[in-house]
Amino acid sequence: MKTVVVPLGPFHPLLEEAEYFKLQVEDETVVDIDMRIGYMHRGIEKLSESKTWDQVPFLVERICGICSTSHPFAYVNAVEDLAGVEIPERAKYIRSIIQELERIHSHLLWVGLAGHFMGYDTVFMWGWRYREPVLDLFELISGNRNHYAMMKVGGVRRDIREQDYAQILSTLDEVRAGTELFLGAVMDDPVLHARTKGVGVLTEEDARAYGTVGPTVRGSNIADDIRRDDPHAAYDLVDWNVCTWETGDVFAKAAVRLLEIIESARIVEQCVKAMRPGPIETDVQNIPRGEGVGHTEAPRGEVFHYVRSDGANRPVRHKVRAPSLVNIPSYKATCVGEHIADAALITAAVDPCYCCTERMAVIERGTDKTILDGRDLIQLSRKKTHDIRDGLGKIPPIERLGEELRHR
Amino acid sequence: MPASAALDSLTQACGEKLGAVRWKNDRRVYVPVAPAHVREAVGHLVGRGGRLATIAGVDTRNGVELLYFVMFPQEQRIITVRTMVQKPLPQMASLAGDLPAANWAEREIQDLLGVTFTDHPDPRRLIMADAWPEGTYPYRRDFDMGPYLRPYEPKADRPPAGQGPKAGSDQEGGRSV
Repeated sequence: MKTVVVPLGPFHPLLEEAEYFKLQVEDETVVDIDMRIGYMHRGIEKLSESKTWDQVPFLVERICGICSTSHPFAYVNAVEDLAGVEIPERAKYIRSIIQELERIHSHLLWVGLAGHFMGYDTVFMWGWRYREPVLDLFELISGNRNHYAMMKVGGVRRDIREQDYAQILSTLDEVRAGTELFLGAVMDDPVLHARTKGVGVLTEEDARAYGTVGPTVRGSNIADDIRRDDPHAAYDLVDWNVCTWETGDVFAKAAVRLLEIIESARIVEQCVKAMRPGPIETDVQNIPRGEGVGHTEAPRGEVFHYVRSDGANRPVRHKVRAPSLVNIPSYKATCVGEHIADAALITAAVDPCYCCTERMAVIERGTDKTILDGRDLIQLSRKKTHDIRDGLGKIPPIERLGEELRHR
Repeated sequence: MPASAALDSLTQACGEKLGAVRWKNDRRVYVPVAPAHVREAVGHLVGRGGRLATIAGVDTRNGVELLYFVMFPQEQRIITVRTMVQKPLPQMASLAGDLPAANWAEREIQDLLGVTFTDHPDPRRLIMADAWPEGTYPYRRDFDMGPYLRPYEPKADRPPAGQGPKAGSDQEGGRSV
């Protein structure tokens, strides 16, 4: 049988990470996948060695544009582990609030894009519509919709004003109501089930072997969550649950993310209510010689930072490991044996970056050349959804979602 | 010293092969191991329910130090196995054959710090471009940044009086290319 090589990537202006996937396709089944990264390697670890301890959070905040607070959060955890700093209680709550609000907007972004891939633009529109008020909250709290610059060694840079509590709580109610409706539609929708259930299954063994993290591993029925496994900030001060799903397929990852939005809203709500006025930072005079490990649960999984100090005003080594670095290799386990129309969805399920899938081209070995680009692959995926829906003979619940939301 | 079932079992299994265990605090443990025994030690920890979070490489005066971070969720603890591989040609046995989680982490260190991982199933470059010169490793201490740094060019936003474009013209503040 003729093997077709489908290169995915590597570049797109919207990429949070540029990756290159080489899918080998026989007939319409993916038989092998090869991956290559490094196209966007900016040498931030090296650059970090030339910044002072207090400057590094601003630098690492720019590693990711979507989950921008995760890296400074992990970094300050690492430095505080190194120096043995205990932060004030109010700073703990504020850190958790920022991280959880970020999780909400990042997951809503994912929900919207996943809907778009499947041909449900209603989900795309409404997912992003609910993301918007969360970004407004960030603007209210920090002055920025993204890159909030809240994390600081020893605490946080900025307090949350008491007059803003009301807007935070009302936005949470709004987002939660929307997410619950989404969740209901996702759980009931037969087309969505046909597209996502049993697709791209990551088994429990594979999830462990690849060391995957975040919703990717929790979708495979493993309750790994850094917020619980290494309590930091206010995560041991409030009541919340680790969300898992048993099946390991694309559906499981979607369900985990939707459940986490609701859980995050719960955490933020408790934090806002439990916060008492007080100092927001401890004064850290100098960082002693030593080493520290810090990690945190970013929307995509564990962000891991290691810092080493020789007693000077800047790190001698700063190692960063983002969650996608361990999640992406698991494609080898999830994509192989799947239909090419599902490949875009399976890669998207890990939430690495969708944009790479927009730059796919099929180069056919042999005589007749077929060129498929990313748009065609999304078309393939959308057509599959529409075929299923047409065969159903009725309007699936998720398509009625827009109507329901509009009447609220 | 708090109890750690994972560390106890490692001590039992590897015993004299381990160096002096250092408890940084309750949740961070560092275990020095000779390079020859890293595979055994890390393999044992992963077999006991640990998750290899990542591997960090640090270039030092004595060699390249490798740190294998193994996370134990049930103990709320990270046990770090550390070892030192000697320069100028640092070598380490690869774990990637048994443990896919080590695959990319090792390739990253291979590209950036020049540690060769023997018996790696897929030793191609991962981070650095194919055109990057052989034998230069950007995260080594002796890496010369010189050729990659652009000298600071102050913007000629106000040319000397009488020269340059007139005030208000659209060339003002522009830079000659």
